[in-house]
Amino acid sequence: MADSDPAIVVEGLRKTYRDKQALAGLDLTVPQGTVHAVLGPNGAGKTTCVRILATLLRPDGGRAEVAGYDVLRDPDQVRYRIGLVGQHAAVDEELSGRQNLEMFGRLYHLGGRRAAARADELLERFGLAETGTKAVGRYSGGMRRRLDLAASLIMRPRILFLDEPTTGLDPRGRTEVWNAVRSLVDGGTTVLLTTQYLEEADQLADRVCVIDGGRAIADGTADELKARLGGDRIEVVLRDAGQLSAAASVVGMATRAAEVGTDPDRRRLGARVTDRVAALTETVRALAAAGIEAEDIVLRRPTLDEVFLHLTGEPVRADAAEEEISV
Amino acid sequence: MTTATLIDSWTMTRRGLAHWARQPVQVAVQLVFPVMMLLMFAYFLGGGMTVPGGGDYKEYLVPGTFALTMVFGLEGTMLAITQDLNKGVIDRFRSMPMARSAVLVGRSMLDMLQSAFGLLVLVGVGLAMGWRWHGGLGDGLLALGLLLWLRFAMLWLGIFLGMAAGRPEMVQAVQILVWPLGFLSNVFASPETMPDWLGALAVWNPMSATATAIRELFGGPGGGGGSWAADHAQLLATCWPLALIAVFLPLAVRRYGRLSR
Repeated sequence: MADSDPAIVVEGLRKTYRDKQALAGLDLTVPQGTVHAVLGPNGAGKTTCVRILATLLRPDGGRAEVAGYDVLRDPDQVRYRIGLVGQHAAVDEELSGRQNLEMFGRLYHLGGRRAAARADELLERFGLAETGTKAVGRYSGGMRRRLDLAASLIMRPRILFLDEPTTGLDPRGRTEVWNAVRSLVDGGTTVLLTTQYLEEADQLADRVCVIDGGRAIADGTADELKARLGGDRIEVVLRDAGQLSAAASVVGMATRAAEVGTDPDRRRLGARVTDRVAALTETVRALAAAGIEAEDIVLRRPTLDEVFLHLTGEPVRADAAEEEISV
Repeated sequence: MTTATLIDSWTMTRRGLAHWARQPVQVAVQLVFPVMMLLMFAYFLGGGMTVPGGGDYKEYLVPGTFALTMVFGLEGTMLAITQDLNKGVIDRFRSMPMARSAVLVGRSMLDMLQSAFGLLVLVGVGLAMGWRWHGGLGDGLLALGLLLWLRFAMLWLGIFLGMAAGRPEMVQAVQILVWPLGFLSNVFASPETMPDWLGALAVWNPMSATATAIRELFGGPGGGGGSWAADHAQLLATCWPLALIAVFLPLAVRRYGRLSR
């Protein structure tokens, strides 16, 4: 595979389970050495896509190439070049972390001594060296996910699949996984990451592919996608609903927003802004200068829900997380 | 079978041995269960039993229990394979360039090891109870071989049924059926003592063939006589497992390959 060839090529990929269509002609191209996020709600086809690329599932139609090899014709060539971190840690819960890594190393045909040496390296690197003989079943969620990541790196894969790597983790576990992914990317690994969280795609990915109903509906950098939405949103709740129209023009001037919406019943106004921090400080300053008292000021990133609403014209079917940053 | 298959299967067997090392109590319980059955039938019920053609009931019972233990091994195999396939780790195995059959072959090596060890324990307990093998060493070893051959057939039946059942909860339903099938045989009582039609079924039970064959080889009572099946027990004890293996081994392997559909 030449350096300019894409690491992953997916063309018209289709898969139907009994009566449910999971993939309906998915197209995706991932250049080498980049992080590509596949963003979509539950049931959009993210996991099906990853399972086909990782040779776990046969597609009904279309073509998928990983590291230059067709997943159906040369599955073993693909398997030597990929690592997979699934939604559920794919490690043996009854064994220790070291036993797991040594076993996987042997199954990659490293031989006993190299498998043991590689296990030591990876345990050290992922901060699991002190776990001793403790069974993985007794690890915390974050530790288990790190071991899973370590197991998928035994062969230093060129391409790594991460299927919702932080789902179910607490914020600390999430940060741990993010840091691990970032250091991998620095080493030149191509990463395909699926996620339900726009923030995760934002934090980690060079490009984001939004999928819905088994099809790609948008592809671009996170900034491009957010720009299409008109960026973040600032919302102000006033003490006095009577000041709403005055406040709207003050906020409009301060943030240079094209349009400021008002909601008298909830004493609230909102506007799309491009520069988060400037918008917030300017709004606070301008309201104070105008003598208007705010009860609350909130900056919101566009949520997955809004991305979907914008791209498909219909709300996301599954519950999407909404994050709020209060000040 | 290629070298890679052998190496990978051995790695999978080692995985199972590591599991044993972590769960010695569970391993012990599995060994104790057939011993308990043997002791209960010998001392709770044995007093009321008569052996067709005369003889000590223990001499009749002990080889029967050997055969029953081989068949009941089916339950352990089923449970283990469904547990294995429902674990997340199976996804990693399948996304690795390892031999496809290694998961199943590893399971079969492990179960055969366990059954061979269990059989040795049971032979020891039998000897302590006063059972003896009266034939030559060759015949005795042949008998043990026939038992393990039956176990090997049950192994592939178990792998297939375990995969067909899918979930560990479903396995329980199948496990219950193993009991009447196990008792519908000549293991504990002669089929002559059963209603005619049941007796006829019991005579043709693969386990009965093995039990009769090893009773002959051990030179104890209850071997041979009565029916074509009983007269050709060694032939049947060879062919029954062979037929089961010929059917269920390819089915099991094919089913494992179809996990990717």
